[in-house]
Amino acid sequence: MESKTQTLDRVVIRFAGDSGDGMQLTGTEFTKAAAEAGNDISTFPDFPAEIRAPAGSLFGVSGFQLHFSSSEIHTPGDAPDVLVAMNPAALKTNLKDLVDGGVLIINTGAFIEANLKKANYASNPIEDGSLAKYRVHAVDISGLTVAALDGTTLSTKEKGRSKNFFALGLVFWMYGREPETEIRRILQQFTKRPELGDANVKVFKAGYHFGETAEVFQTVYKVPAARFAPGTYRNITGNEALALGLVAGGELAGKAIFFAGYPITPASSILHSLAKFKNYGVMTFQAEDEIAAMGAVIGAAYGGALSVTASSGPGVALKGEAIGLAVMTELPVVIVNVQRGGPSTGLPTKTEQSDLSQALYGRNGEAPIPVIAARSPGDCFYAAVEALKVASRYMVPVMLLSDGYIANGSEPWPVPDVTKLDRFDVHHPTDPTGFHVYERDPATLARAWAIPGTAGFEHRIGGIEKDSLTGNISYDPANHEKMVHTRAAKIERIAQECGELDLRGEASGDVLLIGWGGTFGSLRQATEELRGQGKKVSHAHLRWLSPLEPGLEKIIHNFKHVVCAELNLGQLRALLRAKFLLDIQGLNKVQGQPFKVREVVAAIEQLLGGARLSEVNVPTAPTARA
Amino acid sequence: MDAPKLVKLTKKDLETDQDVRWCPGCGDYAILATVQRTLATLGIKRENTVFVSGIGCSSRFPYYMNTFGFHTIHGRAPAIATGLKLARPELDVWVITGDGDGLSIGGNHMLHALRRNVGLKVILFNNQIYGLTKGQYSPTSKVGTRAASTPSGSIDHPLNPLQFAIGAGATFIARTTDTDAKGLAAILDRAYKHQGSALIEILQNCPVFNDGVWDQVKDDAANHQLPLVEGQPLLFAGGTKGIRLSSDLVPEIVNVGEGGVAPEALLVHRERGSSAYAHLISSLTHPDFPVPVGVLHSHEKATFDSMAHQQVADAIAKQGKGELGKLMLQGMTWEVGVDGIRA
Repeated sequence: MESKTQTLDRVVIRFAGDSGDGMQLTGTEFTKAAAEAGNDISTFPDFPAEIRAPAGSLFGVSGFQLHFSSSEIHTPGDAPDVLVAMNPAALKTNLKDLVDGGVLIINTGAFIEANLKKANYASNPIEDGSLAKYRVHAVDISGLTVAALDGTTLSTKEKGRSKNFFALGLVFWMYGREPETEIRRILQQFTKRPELGDANVKVFKAGYHFGETAEVFQTVYKVPAARFAPGTYRNITGNEALALGLVAGGELAGKAIFFAGYPITPASSILHSLAKFKNYGVMTFQAEDEIAAMGAVIGAAYGGALSVTASSGPGVALKGEAIGLAVMTELPVVIVNVQRGGPSTGLPTKTEQSDLSQALYGRNGEAPIPVIAARSPGDCFYAAVEALKVASRYMVPVMLLSDGYIANGSEPWPVPDVTKLDRFDVHHPTDPTGFHVYERDPATLARAWAIPGTAGFEHRIGGIEKDSLTGNISYDPANHEKMVHTRAAKIERIAQECGELDLRGEASGDVLLIGWGGTFGSLRQATEELRGQGKKVSHAHLRWLSPLEPGLEKIIHNFKHVVCAELNLGQLRALLRAKFLLDIQGLNKVQGQPFKVREVVAAIEQLLGGARLSEVNVPTAPTARA
Repeated sequence: MDAPKLVKLTKKDLETDQDVRWCPGCGDYAILATVQRTLATLGIKRENTVFVSGIGCSSRFPYYMNTFGFHTIHGRAPAIATGLKLARPELDVWVITGDGDGLSIGGNHMLHALRRNVGLKVILFNNQIYGLTKGQYSPTSKVGTRAASTPSGSIDHPLNPLQFAIGAGATFIARTTDTDAKGLAAILDRAYKHQGSALIEILQNCPVFNDGVWDQVKDDAANHQLPLVEGQPLLFAGGTKGIRLSSDLVPEIVNVGEGGVAPEALLVHRERGSSAYAHLISSLTHPDFPVPVGVLHSHEKATFDSMAHQQVADAIAKQGKGELGKLMLQGMTWEVGVDGIRA
């Protein structure tokens, strides 16, 4: 039977399996193929905190969602059109997301009694008719993988491990992807164990040919290339972009980067990337704990290095006291918080935006710091450059907020020409005549960055309140008040760096949707859909949370409804309500998952229909004892 | 070009205009004076010298040194100094800390700074008490110390700073007392010339909250101090007593000379001896034994900061100086033409 080709605008596919099944690799490889084919892409890896959870368990399921499209997209998609389920647990935990009539590829080889039991299936869903509303392709991926490796010297266990390449081959065929490049890539990845490379290629080809010859797949889908602005592109995750941005920022400042960190999910890969960039003069230091990492960057900044640390909420909590020292001594450092679900250990591998209050207020005393939030994987690059610029120009610690969703997610990224980015060369004073430690630049209120090694600048600083000019210890009441106000005024001055507010839509209307950080894609997409329906909805996305972007004040009073959408219980909303004395409603979600576009659209539709968001917003009420 | 002028510093050059605010009779005064006097003779440059401290009475020290100085937060001085030394290995970085700051709240940072052999010179003022917070017992206080927080006497066993340093793998470990200007000067000189991390414990008196805790050790040095002299037997009490190792490896005090053992029977001090030896000697504590003073242990090995810079230099030598433009294009890239479609 001849397969027919159907052209689609966009596809959302999710690979799901055991955390040891290689689903992240499968997803990443298929993403590369989509990028090669010129699609716009957005990815969402979603995995458990356990490295290798017990095989077949529900909590051990790891997923990778890819949205690829022939038109512009902002999110990895609300719901998969295609689900590849490598075992019963993967089916159980992911099926609810699959669209009705969606394509379901099931590895029947894993649907054995023991696995069904682990996934709490009373009967085999492949046989009991419960999957009738989906287009099911039941394929014994495990068995066919082992068969493909018949005659090789690999053990049965090793053979089984290649099964993700069978799935990859199969979807390559389904979407008409070019297999030759992938084969080269697999061989390259396994140069150290060529026998595994060969085996994976064999299995990949077997999967591809199975699609071609088996009669179960009657349709091959084609998603044509998307249109992009001309330029050079690469696929990039948020943490990769952030690390690149730090190196670029160092270059633009004329400084090498000093980075100190302590391993923590989901921030560690920033340290891993930077550790490989030594030949760019980057020095990395894995400290003994979070506090030491923060201390080390403060020490390095005192020595004149452009210094950065990265962590997640629990780590930032530990750094709090030391961040206060950087506030007091007015030293330029960047603290990256790749947010995850909290409180405490929370949801280490899941996303959330619940560390905004911590970023704004998480220190003793009046200790304001600038807070900037990246909005997409590629934007992490620019946010990192900007954070370094503001830190060094204003002599302040800057908090850069990312989150697990954009840190691990990826998108095609137009690679900027770094020679065209604005430089912000750092200068250390060399003429000590009339030098005072806390004398300030009138435009920025920054003190001079005088560093050890320059004769005539010997001075002492520390955490005790400083005289506003000499920097000597001062307990004078009026001086303390002056310094508290000065430190706050310096943060407000940074408003002059904020630029235009990112506003989609008119400066007045029925609904102003306000967001910040990694929710950008969902909120912007939802806004486009609502506007497509003719609704008067605008979307303002904040980059600077401290100081608050000045552009917001100019428009926030021009709307019937103002909605603040956040993956927390309303941290920015509380701030905006206090500042503008407006009845701002909250669209909030705390499930460790990003907003789905349809959730945002539905909420705004209900709002426009007369509901208050608090009524549509609370998924479950607290459980009280009866 | 003129040869660089050697500016000879005096003690006065290292003093600041700030009023010294320690209590009258505090041991810190003597230490400050000796540090200023000694550093002036070592050929240091003020601009290349940084004193980093934590929190506590002793941590006010940097304000009184006319060099660069950083009075940081409680316990974190070794971490902050590590960052500074990594960024600027050519600087002389001194850490001033106390028994509470360095061994309680900051014990972890101290452990790792010493373990890594960062080129820091740590001066630890040990007065066995928290002074600035008004007299609580510290991790070096003797069992039974009655203090503000322990009216019934403290019940936890004290930490021995020298044993801690040995356990951490410090490459220079020494001890002296606040009033022994000569002993401290000699140790400062040695520590300054040492490349790796140095830990100097100074037995220091707090006249307000723990007055006289070291009096016997200091006032009757002959009988209560055990001078550690390279290559010499462990003798004290005017050479009449010494330290011998019993057959079951327990150190014991023996009489030397007439009616006692020959000096050959005694342990001989080796700064480069085994860590077991150093541990053994550091376990000699007052009042059962005389307190060992001097350089307990010294050996050089590559410093953390030099190795970190070597890795950067090696990477540049091997891969060439990184070009940002190339880094940006690492991995899979593709071109999109003016038609907006991937080429």
